[in-house]
Amino acid sequence: MKILLVAEYRDGKLLGSAYELIAFAQKMAADSVMFLAGSEAALPAYDGRLYLADAAVCGEFNPDVHKALLLDVIAREQPEMIAFSHSSYGWDLAPRVAFALRAAQVSEVVDVADGALVVPACNAKLRRNVQVKTAKTVVTLQAGAFGLADAPAGTPAVEKISADAAGKLEFGGYEAAEQGGVDLSKAEVIVSAGRGVGKPENVAMVAALAKALKGEYGASRPVVDSGWVEHKRQVGTTGQSVAPKLYVACGISGAIQHLAGMKKSEFIVAINTDKDAPIGEVADVLVVADLKQFVPLLTEKLQAL
Amino acid sequence: MKILVCIKQVPDMESKFKIAASGTWYDSADLAWRMNEYDEYAVEQAVQLKEQVKEADLTVLCIGSERVKETMKKALAMGCDRGAHVADDDCAGKEPYEIAAIIAEYAKDKGFDLIFTGMQSQDRGSAQVGVLAAEMLGIPSISTIVTFSYADGRIEVKRELEGGVKALLKTRTPALVTCQLGLNTPRYPTLPNIMKAKKKELISLPVADLLKVEARMETVKMYFPEKKGGGLVLEGDPGQLADKLIQILKEKTGVLA
Ligand SMILES: Cc1cc2nc3c(=O)[nH]c(=O)nc-3n(C[C@H](O)[C@H](O)[C@H](O)COP(=O)(O)OP(=O)(O)OC[C@H]3O[C@@H](n4cnc5c(N)ncnc54)[C@H](O)[C@@H]3O)c2cc1C
Ligand SMILES: Nc1ncnc2c1ncn2[C@@H]1O[C@H](COP(=O)(O)O)[C@@H](O)[C@H]1O
Repeated sequence: MKILLVAEYRDGKLLGSAYELIAFAQKMAADSVMFLAGSEAALPAYDGRLYLADAAVCGEFNPDVHKALLLDVIAREQPEMIAFSHSSYGWDLAPRVAFALRAAQVSEVVDVADGALVVPACNAKLRRNVQVKTAKTVVTLQAGAFGLADAPAGTPAVEKISADAAGKLEFGGYEAAEQGGVDLSKAEVIVSAGRGVGKPENVAMVAALAKALKGEYGASRPVVDSGWVEHKRQVGTTGQSVAPKLYVACGISGAIQHLAGMKKSEFIVAINTDKDAPIGEVADVLVVADLKQFVPLLTEKLQAL
Repeated sequence: MKILVCIKQVPDMESKFKIAASGTWYDSADLAWRMNEYDEYAVEQAVQLKEQVKEADLTVLCIGSERVKETMKKALAMGCDRGAHVADDDCAGKEPYEIAAIIAEYAKDKGFDLIFTGMQSQDRGSAQVGVLAAEMLGIPSISTIVTFSYADGRIEVKRELEGGVKALLKTRTPALVTCQLGLNTPRYPTLPNIMKAKKKELISLPVADLLKVEARMETVKMYFPEKKGGGLVLEGDPGQLADKLIQILKEKTGVLA
């Protein structure tokens, strides 16, 4: 089997997810070739053929043109599988390519087992094994699900490509993430509030626990989206990545996008009414309790130490 | 202006899931059902657009069993004008390609200027349906939007990338956008609007009239992930739990030193 790996490039940089794609190809025991709309100045360490389109010409984000470039490479290489990261670039481009190829697309693959692709369902509470009926398959890979055992090595054999397709979207540049204020990445203890806090007033409980533990408080996305906590305190793929000595998740279910931002923490405590919440997968201790009761109690006891 | 918003009914994710007898999906009995979270933002944005342009007709479409009409009524109460229910008792078994094909088949000759979908469904989570439907209709699509504005046949959006970075994008209508969490603040339907919604048109179409493609993949098995273990689960009296937790923190971490 041959897999076409679609690497990513943003704001002048190659993204490290390229190595997750290579790890996936290894796990599938497949040959691979790579595609990158990027630049010669930022190539991955990779022993294989790399089709390179110049992002300065074709654009960093231009799905119609990237699709055309990919279809051209696919026509030449005839891979059975095309692998993207399940990222803002990948989940946008993959269905466009799948549709053009009349291929099935399997999203957010976390594993391969029994000849099937394994994907999560229902906020990672469940798993599904999926089998494809088409000649070609498009997959997107969950961030962090596949990793290289050894340090990446090699120099790609670069083949430059270009397309004269025009895109239907006009790209107006990037807007940087909100800056300043709290740098959660430096905190030794982070206590985060999730939707389970129920109402904005209860965020104070979580902040008080953080203070009692001499740490900072953070939040999951819904709490930030609701305007209860500012964005710079958001933990996860679209917020900050943190790895404190202690992370306490209060009323957080443990969606993959949240886990991606905190699972490297040294010790993880989860407080949740739902014993089956996926946060239990990464928690060293899961306290099954109502946070509105438990958090103030714990804070009081800590203050009394 | 003609607007379409596609919504899905999903179980509350805090539900206790059981695997169905088929072994390929979750059992739909004893679950609390609601509107897919991402689709609430899609409905709100569609309603705001309708309010902005005044002369607009907004259809909400949902594929599913009789049960999904409850969720459609919420969308009608939020401000959609009419509902198109694609009656399908086997919707759970349909893969994104089939769902997108049904939507595209419904939309193809109706001249929608804008189509809103969620960026993903909470249960299936494929993040495919919106973009696929746009490809089928041959219209531009922008996924994962966190801001939206419309003027004179053009839309301007911010699309969310990793780490809180956003990309600015523009395109012409007709177009499709997929909505990300936080795009807006979905309104709660008011009681008068709930009453009004009861009188709004809600037609049912048999899925067989709209489904013209075959599935390209199938779920062979659904199951609970193996618990990786190691993690301690503490249950019981909150006071005792707090003492126990403090003890553990003292033993296992340096943070209480
Ligand atoms: C592209 C993308 C990017 C994203 N980026 C991020 C990100 O950066 N960060 C992020 O957090 N999310 C992100 N999300 C959203 C993510 O998918 C989840 O929707 C989100 O993390 C859920 O937040 P939550 O756990 O607080 O809420 P929920 O999933 O609603 O969970 C609430 C939890 O609280 C528990 N609970 C309820 N009441 C109580 C109580 N009284 N006491 C104790 N527990 C209680 C429930 O059992 C449940 O487990 C992103 C999603 C997408 C698609
Ligand atoms: N059964 C359905 N009926 C109507 N719209 C749907 C249905 N399933 C999915 N969608 C739409 O497609 C989006 C993405 O779903 P998915 O590709 O399954 O993650 C959802 O947010 C909905 O807007």
